[in-house]
Amino acid sequence: MTEEKNFPNESGDALISIRDLRVYYKTAGRSLINTLIGDMFRSRRDHYYSEEDPTTNLYVKSREESRFVKAVDGVSLDIEKGETLGLVGESGCGKSTLGKAILRLTEPTGGQVFYHGKDLAHLSTGAMRGQRRHLQMIFQDPYASLNPRMNVGQIIGEPIRTFGLKSGRAVDERVQELMETVGMSRRFVKRYPHEFSGGQRQRIGIARALAVDPEFIVADEPISALDVSIQAQIMNLMERLQAEKNLTYLFISHDLRAVRHLSDRVAVMYLGKIVELAGGREIYADPLMPYTKALISAVPVPDPLIEAKRERIILKGDVPSPINPPSGCHFHTRCRYAIDDCRRIVPRLVEIKPRHHAACIRINAENPDIDANEAAGLGAIGN
Amino acid sequence: MSETNGTILSVNGLKTYFQTEDGVVKAVDGITFELKKGETLGIVGESGSGKSVTNLSVMRLIPEPPGKIVAGDIVFSGIDVRALSIDEVRKIRGKRIAMIFQDPMTSLNPFLKISTQLMEVTRLHLGHTKDEAYAHALKMLKLVGIPDAGTRLDEYPHQFSGGMRQRVMIAMALSCDPELLIADEPTTALDVTIQAQILELIKDLKARMGTSVILITHDLGVVAGMTDKIIVMYAGKVFEQASTKELFATPANPYTKGLLKSVPDPAHEQGKELYQIPGLPPDVAHLPPGCPFAERCDRATDLCRQQYPPFVEINADHHSLCHFAREVYAESVAEQNKQEL
Repeated sequence: MTEEKNFPNESGDALISIRDLRVYYKTAGRSLINTLIGDMFRSRRDHYYSEEDPTTNLYVKSREESRFVKAVDGVSLDIEKGETLGLVGESGCGKSTLGKAILRLTEPTGGQVFYHGKDLAHLSTGAMRGQRRHLQMIFQDPYASLNPRMNVGQIIGEPIRTFGLKSGRAVDERVQELMETVGMSRRFVKRYPHEFSGGQRQRIGIARALAVDPEFIVADEPISALDVSIQAQIMNLMERLQAEKNLTYLFISHDLRAVRHLSDRVAVMYLGKIVELAGGREIYADPLMPYTKALISAVPVPDPLIEAKRERIILKGDVPSPINPPSGCHFHTRCRYAIDDCRRIVPRLVEIKPRHHAACIRINAENPDIDANEAAGLGAIGN
Repeated sequence: MSETNGTILSVNGLKTYFQTEDGVVKAVDGITFELKKGETLGIVGESGSGKSVTNLSVMRLIPEPPGKIVAGDIVFSGIDVRALSIDEVRKIRGKRIAMIFQDPMTSLNPFLKISTQLMEVTRLHLGHTKDEAYAHALKMLKLVGIPDAGTRLDEYPHQFSGGMRQRVMIAMALSCDPELLIADEPTTALDVTIQAQILELIKDLKARMGTSVILITHDLGVVAGMTDKIIVMYAGKVFEQASTKELFATPANPYTKGLLKSVPDPAHEQGKELYQIPGLPPDVAHLPPGCPFAERCDRATDLCRQQYPPFVEINADHHSLCHFAREVYAESVAEQNKQEL
């Protein structure tokens, strides 16, 4: 029942092909007492959880009263070899979960992730472990992700030993080489994480990810915790390494300026779904979906003259709870273009312009400009 | 600004030092500024630059020991803040000078209802009765745009999202109609869309209530749209001080220029490589004798490494701590003229 057509850029060069990937978390729906006394006090409201999309076959229908957080809800994406795909969205939209689900650091509930013909989502744990050396991750908080009891040499050397890539003195040589690659002095090899600044720690994290010569790296907010002058250093390092080693990045960030700078293409996520996908330049110059428009307009520009003239779209309210997201288009509660149909129809991600996909029922290929459509009184024309 | 005569806060030669095992850390080492009624001052800097300590000093919130205000004057609307007793400071703090912090979760008490926390402020400072305080708290929650304020008032902090908690903090800060609001990284923990909401709210409230604001941030984009003038801090020193327009258009300090260039800007077409300031911020406990930025500066000479730079006056409102301030300024002006052509 999954939507197979219309997923973005079905070109042949995809390194990672994600198809209808879903990650649902069960939330505690029953209180302890309810569980103990069973069905005695079960109320009608427990059938609350009904679905408009046909993924319900994954769990026992509404007999279970637990609800699900749909952190990632049917994402299809192709990540091409050598590109940086930026993934943006507000906190809680599922962008980190998507990154982790691709690497099986969190178990997907359904869907596929193809990598060199293998479906990562359905590999056995052992087989997945073998793939991990090609698929690495860089984390947001380089302090929390480095073992404080290991020195830099041990941290960077560990994956090399684990995968048996080198042994003995060769490991040390490789570690020193990696440290130089990420711009650290090899003198620091015996030092511990706490002796370094945030930027230096992030370099250690990057060196560790590179230690196994990966092909694909998920970078989850790698610069968010760093100072402005250090952010530029880490972004440049990531770009240089990509060029040297032909790396493919999934760059997850809420910093739209950084994403714009690093990414070839950008995917915008909202409550578990991709709502817009386009080239980096394209999406900033001509965002189509109202949420993307608001997101981009919210970014402050470091120029007082531009700031004074800019008209900002201020979204009302917060991101709704993913436990019980709004019906139809999840964004309709905050969208100034919302019409009745938006509450009913779940928009699909469709190609509006060449290589520019958006999920909004009020635009289509003939009429891509929602403001014009609003002025012309057009209703649900997409999908 | 509308009322240009009244100076609300003047800080002169403020120095705040911390005694540590590593030696004396000169967290703030000589900062001078003036804030007029209704004005917004931005203080920009990286972590450890002294921007927060400056404002904690103004509020007399420096833990002593290890910290100490060793020199300088802080005059808030005619009052010498340094000469006040702690009890007298408490009467100003929260009433006439209010502060909002980066993390609204840790600055709200998780055990107390929002109403209790909001009422505490006005009962203490304005002598409100319980009923008055409750009514006032409700009014404030509505003012900062919390939907369904009547119900939300009796909820606990964990029931609020990050953006909503920051609104509560702003409501609390503005409860006593302060003359000065100090906002220390008020939007850093928030999403961009929520950041836009909060900044808009601060702007709007400032216009309505005439509050003066000090906005501390590391984000040059945030200060660009919000402030009248800016102080750029580095290693406890004021590196540059100018009106917002002038600072962005014609910076006179290499550090400011570097910061401006290293921010990727979505409004403009981007070149390939992003400008980066090399190296790391210095250890404030062990500063070199010369310019603290010399090691990272691409135009540093031997003079910079040996001699502490002068605080050069470019014009009455524009100062820069650099041996080559005038040259840097002239380059910026030339670049600016070229852009306009």
